[in-house]
Amino acid sequence: MNAPNLPNDYAAYPDANGRFGDFGGRYVPETLMPLVHELEAAYRAAQADPAFRTELGGFLKDYVGRPSPLYFAERLTRHYGGAKIYLKREELNHTGSHKINNCMGQILLAMRMGKTRIIAETGAGQHGVATATVCARFGLPCIVYMGAVDVERQKPNVFRMNLLGAEVRPVTSGSATLKDATNEALRDWVTNVEDTYYLIGSVVGMHPYPQMVRDFQSVIGNEVRQQILEVEGRLPDAVVACVGGGSNAMGIFHPFLKDEGVRLYGVEAAGEGVGTDRHAAAINGGRPGVLHGSLSYLLQDREGQVTEAHSISAGLDYPGIGPEHSWLHDVGRATYLMATDQDSLDAFKLCAELEGILPAIESAHALARLDQVTKDVGKDGIVVLNLSGRGDKDVATVAAHLGMEI
Amino acid sequence: MKERIDARFAALKAEGRAGFVAYVMAGDPDAATAAKILAGLPGAGADLIEVGFPFSDPMAEGPPIQRAAIRALGAGMTLQGTLDLVRGFRDGDQTTPIVLMGYVNLLVNWGYEAFARDAAAAGVDGVIVVDLPPEESIPLADALDANGVSLIRLATPTTDDARLKVVIQRTSGFVYYVSVAGVTGVKEANAAAVAPNVERVRKASGLPVAVGFGIKTPERAAEIARVADAVVVGSALVDEIAEAVQMNEDVTQRVLSKADSLAKAVRSARVGQTTV
Ligand SMILES: Cc1ncc(COP(=O)(O)O)c(C=O)c1O
Repeated sequence: MNAPNLPNDYAAYPDANGRFGDFGGRYVPETLMPLVHELEAAYRAAQADPAFRTELGGFLKDYVGRPSPLYFAERLTRHYGGAKIYLKREELNHTGSHKINNCMGQILLAMRMGKTRIIAETGAGQHGVATATVCARFGLPCIVYMGAVDVERQKPNVFRMNLLGAEVRPVTSGSATLKDATNEALRDWVTNVEDTYYLIGSVVGMHPYPQMVRDFQSVIGNEVRQQILEVEGRLPDAVVACVGGGSNAMGIFHPFLKDEGVRLYGVEAAGEGVGTDRHAAAINGGRPGVLHGSLSYLLQDREGQVTEAHSISAGLDYPGIGPEHSWLHDVGRATYLMATDQDSLDAFKLCAELEGILPAIESAHALARLDQVTKDVGKDGIVVLNLSGRGDKDVATVAAHLGMEI
Repeated sequence: MKERIDARFAALKAEGRAGFVAYVMAGDPDAATAAKILAGLPGAGADLIEVGFPFSDPMAEGPPIQRAAIRALGAGMTLQGTLDLVRGFRDGDQTTPIVLMGYVNLLVNWGYEAFARDAAAAGVDGVIVVDLPPEESIPLADALDANGVSLIRLATPTTDDARLKVVIQRTSGFVYYVSVAGVTGVKEANAAAVAPNVERVRKASGLPVAVGFGIKTPERAAEIARVADAVVVGSALVDEIAEAVQMNEDVTQRVLSKADSLAKAVRSARVGQTTV
């Protein structure tokens, strides 16, 4: 990689080629290129159309339940003994996570484009449930690709998708997890080019998805900005979020990119430890490479075969990361920390016991690094953590790790 | 070298027939057998050979070639191993063009310039990178050009005239027309639908057009051979490997015999027909 130039306007990225510095791009088969260009043009037009924004705003308010609260976590604050900790309560959204913000935006776009069939990939099933939900709401057929391994470990979400009328197709190729589900969704898209809209669930994939998903998720950071100014009269000193593909993190980071005084922390899943081969920390444990349409940090072997990720959290169990995160890492605007499976389980319990909130095991990765983040900003600091989802879906996983049966 | 591809298409034109392009995966089912298959393909009637280099996440492949990649990776095949295979082939055959086909991440890791140099030195004549559209391929095109290797681009059913202009920039050797919107080895090609597109691509590019994806049988190959400059068959050959392995049969013999029947169909397709 070239030595990155420090940008003076972070919001101006990606460039016209879908690049964040060296990262991003459109590495897709030629069959898809016209569709990718069509999507980009349609997204531009929608973005510029006040009617689209009004329509989306209405559904976010009345159907999703936005704005989500910014909650002062008094007992967590006392526990860490310093900086004030606020939780952005994305887990209170309809369907239980931030994923629906993006799905609502993309389904409205798909309908504007005249698409009549929706496909998606899912890991934990949260994005699949959110996609199935908006498809039910707008009466569109929905097919969700899900790794066979994930189908096994996230059974309640598979059932939820079925109840919502979606067809869940288990994927047995490769490692039978999220990356393979994404391959299969791409194969579907390349096969059904006329009527199908691919509703990607994170800030990954080819341009314009990383930008578009970030924009739809930026409602999180925009609300935080307003809410924290109301209660504290100033911006936070740090914002922290877990990073799988990186959509909840990008959504809360993006409105603060230009505020150099706001430190941005992403937390990657270190699984059993970044020193083992069982982790999902693309930035801390990977190198730049191309997967699913963009150049970004990636877990891969010496020659470039993609290696399997591992995390207790199915939603973070992905060998890549969105290209904007790779760039923010390289230019030093954001810091990428890690939390192991065990760290996250401990944080899950702590949050439940101190705040009466069961966090998603994904979000618990961010909670786990409050130790370092609160220290970094000091006693008078303010920290905002994106509580990206609720943990009801994870109780069986947590029980199994605690050696209990439920 | 580009010249080997140009010479082969010139010869085919002189003979008034379409070429047969055989696709096999490097290292499938293992390096030694793949070397034997490669060595035997020209004798079985292959006019050009496409050699896949296996990648863990082949997003445009259907089940047959996905499984071939898994077999090859399982047997330890690498991009280095693929180049070694080509070098070995070249020792015995200086005229049959070899085109590598695969996914960009291995090339990103290798470095485009080093790869172009090493591929040329091994005797590679052209490269197809499935997930590298024109927008992303300028650095690789520069590197390959400097080493006399063709970058072969794909045109597809979704390529309109405006897009075609972009696709054929800096392409050489031939253009690969993907006959169906989809992954390899699933949908079937339709000669009537393919014909006008071949003509369109030929006219726009001034290059020969090879048609692939969805050609599985000698009958279908013959149909396509009447309208295209070359016919590519991959999944059907690769499936022979899978079946031979499973049935404990002689893999090389089985693949070569399938190649032979496809080549015969392609060679005889235009007999008695006024040239197109
Ligand atoms: C609650 C929750 N948080 C985070 C993630 C990770 O995705 P991203 O990094 O795109 O926010 C997921 C994915 O399933 C999730 O369900």
